[in-house]
Amino acid sequence: MSGRLPWALWWTQTLAILRLEMRKNFAGKRAIPVYLLAAAPVLLFGAHAVLSPNCEHCDPGRTGIVYAGVFQLFVLRLAIFFGCVAIFMNLFRGEVLEKSLHYYFLAPVRREVLVVGKYLSGLVTTVLLFGLGTLLSYLILCAHLASVKNTELFAGPALSHLGAYLGVTALACLGYGAVFLVMGLFFRNPIIPAVAVLIWESITVFLPPLLKKISVIFYLESLCPVEIPYRGGSAIFAISADPTPAWIAIPGLLGLTVLVILLASLRIRRTEINYGAE
Amino acid sequence: MTATLDDRIVFEDVSKFYGEVLGVNQVHLSIPPGITTLVGPNGSGKTTLMNLMTGLVRPSRGRVSVLGIPPGQPERLFRIAGYCTQFDAFPRALTGYQFLYSFLRVHGMGDLQAHQFSFKALERVGMVEAAHRRIAAYSKGMRQRIKLAQAISHQPAVLVLDEPLNGLDPMARAETIALFRVLAREGSHVIISSHILHEVDQVSDQVILLSNGYVVAEGQIQAVRGEMHLEHPLQVLVRCNNPSLLASRVFAQDHVAEVKLHSDRLGLLVTTRDPNRFYELVNQMVLEGTIDVESVAPTDDDVHSVYEYLIGNEGGAA
Repeated sequence: MSGRLPWALWWTQTLAILRLEMRKNFAGKRAIPVYLLAAAPVLLFGAHAVLSPNCEHCDPGRTGIVYAGVFQLFVLRLAIFFGCVAIFMNLFRGEVLEKSLHYYFLAPVRREVLVVGKYLSGLVTTVLLFGLGTLLSYLILCAHLASVKNTELFAGPALSHLGAYLGVTALACLGYGAVFLVMGLFFRNPIIPAVAVLIWESITVFLPPLLKKISVIFYLESLCPVEIPYRGGSAIFAISADPTPAWIAIPGLLGLTVLVILLASLRIRRTEINYGAE
Repeated sequence: MTATLDDRIVFEDVSKFYGEVLGVNQVHLSIPPGITTLVGPNGSGKTTLMNLMTGLVRPSRGRVSVLGIPPGQPERLFRIAGYCTQFDAFPRALTGYQFLYSFLRVHGMGDLQAHQFSFKALERVGMVEAAHRRIAAYSKGMRQRIKLAQAISHQPAVLVLDEPLNGLDPMARAETIALFRVLAREGSHVIISSHILHEVDQVSDQVILLSNGYVVAEGQIQAVRGEMHLEHPLQVLVRCNNPSLLASRVFAQDHVAEVKLHSDRLGLLVTTRDPNRFYELVNQMVLEGTIDVESVAPTDDDVHSVYEYLIGNEGGAA
């Protein structure tokens, strides 16, 4: 055997795993809540457009802040978060519970390739679903505003904002996906650590700047094109921090993903099939 | 053919503990090509042994190698090995064909090759007609056959099968056993665990008897039985024209433990600690012309008898 690494084989195997996993991600009852989460912002802005066709209070600035609020407080913190919990945690954990993980372990595939293939399948699935949700909800908002104000579809910075939201959506899937993939490997009941992450991500707004940086949401919100102002009671306790520049936030999230995938690969190499103990 | 470590499945002082629970202990084995059957009661360590040779679990102590390949290298091992586990579970939302095809693609095969290999395997297990039905709609026997097809789909040299006849109807059992024979004739290692002892007896080239995590006997079943003659004398049925005369001669032998006339009075059941001396006596009487022998056959040198003698009821139902 030559000393060259079989990259072509690994790539073929990664694609095969990706195809197989995507089929599973999109099919079955387990996918329904993810579809609903991805469709929620579309339904919300669609309902708004239908119920308020004239929308007297609508103006581009206010609408942009409303969208930013929905995107940061609902799409990022809840929809993508729980969508990634459902998809990524089950990539390995779900197969252990369904007693079907051994089929991969009985294939001539390096466990690292398996981790990458499964992770990519989760990433493609969530980016497709939540990216589509973000795209459609933003398009509905823009179309509604354009019809009310009789302006172009993408007036002002709308198109660049759409690009930024789509990019943040992809990065959210990337970051949360990596976190929940590894949780599904390390914890027998990963729901408890997932709840802990949810609480941590929710309270970051009240944490000092240094602690904020130990979260995914801080970097994602730093990349959002519109900042949401904190009002009411929570504003008293909120601690502001300078947003992290994109050149740090994006490589930071990518770095976290690579680190977590390496950790997952080490874990999966040592994993035994012992469904009886689950 | 000279056996080397590279054409054997080797266990060197292998033990496996699940926490404080013993899986198998101090196993030394060197399994040659052919059909090898693992026999033992529930919990005796059959599945653990199979999981160890396929790397699904790692040994707590000792080393395993399959044709020279350690199970810790699945990317090499499963080019030459296939394992049909006892888990009756499948990836979601797949048809039988998709199941085979998808995992052949995971092996790294191209579209056409994966398609051809899938159908070849489906043909071998008689599942072509049901190929495009969802596995979720399969019967237990069909699920068993599609698992078998998946294990053989890449044409492995080592095939490990955990209770492969479970859930199969008699016709499918016969076809499956015939398939094992073909694979063994082609030079494969076929490792089977089964609790259906008479089927094991039909098919095995060698057996490994397990009890409470220990290998209690291994080898060709007649050889294993041969080592037990002192503790468990061999029972031989001789069908001849004059069983009474044979009985009178046999009684005089010190190696004979018991002699019984068969119920049809045309045969004699002789229990002996030294079968070779007994066979010599029968030959001598035939040559003398004192008896005409129709057949001479041991009645308790099969897997079932060996199992009963070595393991008995200590482990519950086998």
